[in-house]
Amino acid sequence: MTPHVLTRSLDRSASIFILVVAGLGVLIPLSNLLLPAGSALQVPTYLVALFGKYACYAILALSIDLIWGYCGILSLGHGAFFALGGYAMGMYLMRQIGSRGVYGNPILPDFMVFLNYPKLPWYWHGFDMFWFAALMVIVVPGLLAFCFGWLAFRSRVTGVYLSIITQAMTYALLLAFFRNDFGFGGNNGLTDFKDILGFNVQADGTRAALFALSCLALILAFLICRAVVTSKLGKVLVAIRDAESRTRFLGYRVESYKLFVFTLSACMAGVAGALYVPQVGIINPSEFAPGNSIEAVIWVAVGGRGTLVGAALGAVVVNYAKTYFTSGPLAPYWLFMLGALFILVTLLLPKGIVGTFNAWRESQKETQVANAESAALEDGVGEPKPAE
Amino acid sequence: MSVMEGRTTSALLYLDGVHVSFDGFHAINNLSLTLEAGEMRAVIGPNGAGKTTMMDIITGKTKPDEGTVLFDGMTDLTRLDETHIAELGIGRKFQKPTVFESQTIEDNLLLALNVDHSVKGTLFWRGNRDESERIDRVLETIRLTDARNRLAGSLSHGQKQWLEIGMLLAQDPKLLLVDEPVAGMTDVETHQTAELLKAINKEKTVMVVEHDMTFVRELGVKVTCLHEGTVLAEGTIDQVSSNERVIEVYLGR
Ligand SMILES: Nc1ncnc2c1ncn2[C@@H]1O[C@H](COP(=O)(O)OP(=O)(O)O)[C@@H](O)[C@H]1O
Ligand SMILES: [Mg+2]
Repeated sequence: MTPHVLTRSLDRSASIFILVVAGLGVLIPLSNLLLPAGSALQVPTYLVALFGKYACYAILALSIDLIWGYCGILSLGHGAFFALGGYAMGMYLMRQIGSRGVYGNPILPDFMVFLNYPKLPWYWHGFDMFWFAALMVIVVPGLLAFCFGWLAFRSRVTGVYLSIITQAMTYALLLAFFRNDFGFGGNNGLTDFKDILGFNVQADGTRAALFALSCLALILAFLICRAVVTSKLGKVLVAIRDAESRTRFLGYRVESYKLFVFTLSACMAGVAGALYVPQVGIINPSEFAPGNSIEAVIWVAVGGRGTLVGAALGAVVVNYAKTYFTSGPLAPYWLFMLGALFILVTLLLPKGIVGTFNAWRESQKETQVANAESAALEDGVGEPKPAE
Repeated sequence: MSVMEGRTTSALLYLDGVHVSFDGFHAINNLSLTLEAGEMRAVIGPNGAGKTTMMDIITGKTKPDEGTVLFDGMTDLTRLDETHIAELGIGRKFQKPTVFESQTIEDNLLLALNVDHSVKGTLFWRGNRDESERIDRVLETIRLTDARNRLAGSLSHGQKQWLEIGMLLAQDPKLLLVDEPVAGMTDVETHQTAELLKAINKEKTVMVVEHDMTFVRELGVKVTCLHEGTVLAEGTIDQVSSNERVIEVYLGR
């Protein structure tokens, strides 16, 4: 029996990761819905939504690790793809409001009525259908990444220069989405959502389902990333990361590889954004802020670049810390703490949490093997030597 | 790919009147050189003579300002990029050994194999008998069979040189450009490398850049001496090393 392309070469940490995410994805919604509110084991709805947010961040982190950890492309603009996926979902949710808005216009969202739009802009058409919006969640970030990557990788823009232009890209989008005449609600973004596929977005059941879906998406994203990095293509990506020009001299078209993995990564970030929006209830231009993209890169660095599991773990750990600190008296210092965390990790744990753990396990194994060998050697020495 | 009308030369590699300057510094000056198919050529010359730059031009890394560079008598290499030139069958070993340090020796060779190098091909790649046999053979040739699962970064300098030669073999090109293969090798390893290159030359055309005169002598092939980006002398090792100009600029009196 040949293993399926998505499940072959799942090592132990990968299997554990999937089991944990799947377990949480089932148990947390069940606990939230079935146990009586207030019982010790019941996960309150606000936490379900919070964990759902973490799951989306974990998908974003995976998408960054795929390009940065394995191919050396440091994108400091991945928040843009996340936000674009979020906006695509937000547009669907806006159109679901229908005549229940403040102005009661059956077609135009409230902000358009307020801004005196005569009719729905052409690019809002189709977003009343879920399948179309879901398609756009993947197509729009993917298309932008493809065009951007085509220009950048063909001109061999690499390293810091590439990072800077990705920042410029997300900053340009931030400015554009801030404008009222851009057609996406300007400064306020899209909010006041009512329902998704006919279910009330605020309802406990919907939130639990969205959380479960986010976990499912996280597992799928992880499986796709694993399939990519364990294939021969994954070896080529690492080769490009470590010695790009050498890879060219072997006859690989480096720009095609980068374009493929960058586009795939952007699509995944888009899906993460789309799952994020109904759970937080709003999408606005601040999601394009360059700082967001940098934060996401820090998650990956903290968890361990080039390990996938580490990226997801880093996203959860750092965001948990953020939730914890920004809701206490230390809130104004969060950015300093994040910066300090980044510097500490870079200096003390350059491989991140999971990378350091893996290295430690390797060295454990090696000492075991070495001990076994030297024990065997001593046995040999202990035997009486034949007379010479 | 630009193909000229028919063959203009019988040579496998033909350079004529090539000029390259870096910010006004003329690294290659009116360089002309031909390599016949099946030939092995040793290229010597002082540091900075332009030997590596010549290989950069042939492999598409550096574009010449002027001059003709033809492969197989038909293909204008100056118009192609590195990937394309590698696909044509020109392989290169770098002066500073460049292997994929974080991958195993076996994976280094796997990456070098001249099989489908497209994104789709590598994404859906599955190993087959033929490929693993080829890798086994190369591993044996470069004496790294026992180390196949070790990371390339853990190899000694000399072993990395051999791994790079192994990658060239896996690539199976028509023309091999080998830049300073024995730097950092012991005398025994140097001798083995000469033997290996001679064996490779039975099937392939080879250009070797090297400073080690014992090694060049052992190869026993035609020698070209470069100086300031141009050919100073060409001929047997004895002819070249008795050439007065060569003694003056390179070998020392
Ligand atoms: N990319 C470059 N930019 C500027 N100068 C270069 C570049 N490549 C080579 N050179 C110069 O060209 C000359 C020839 O270099 P090189 O081909 O490496 O010599 P060799 O391999 O014969 O020792 C040297 O003076 C070197 O400094
Ligand atoms: Mg050189």
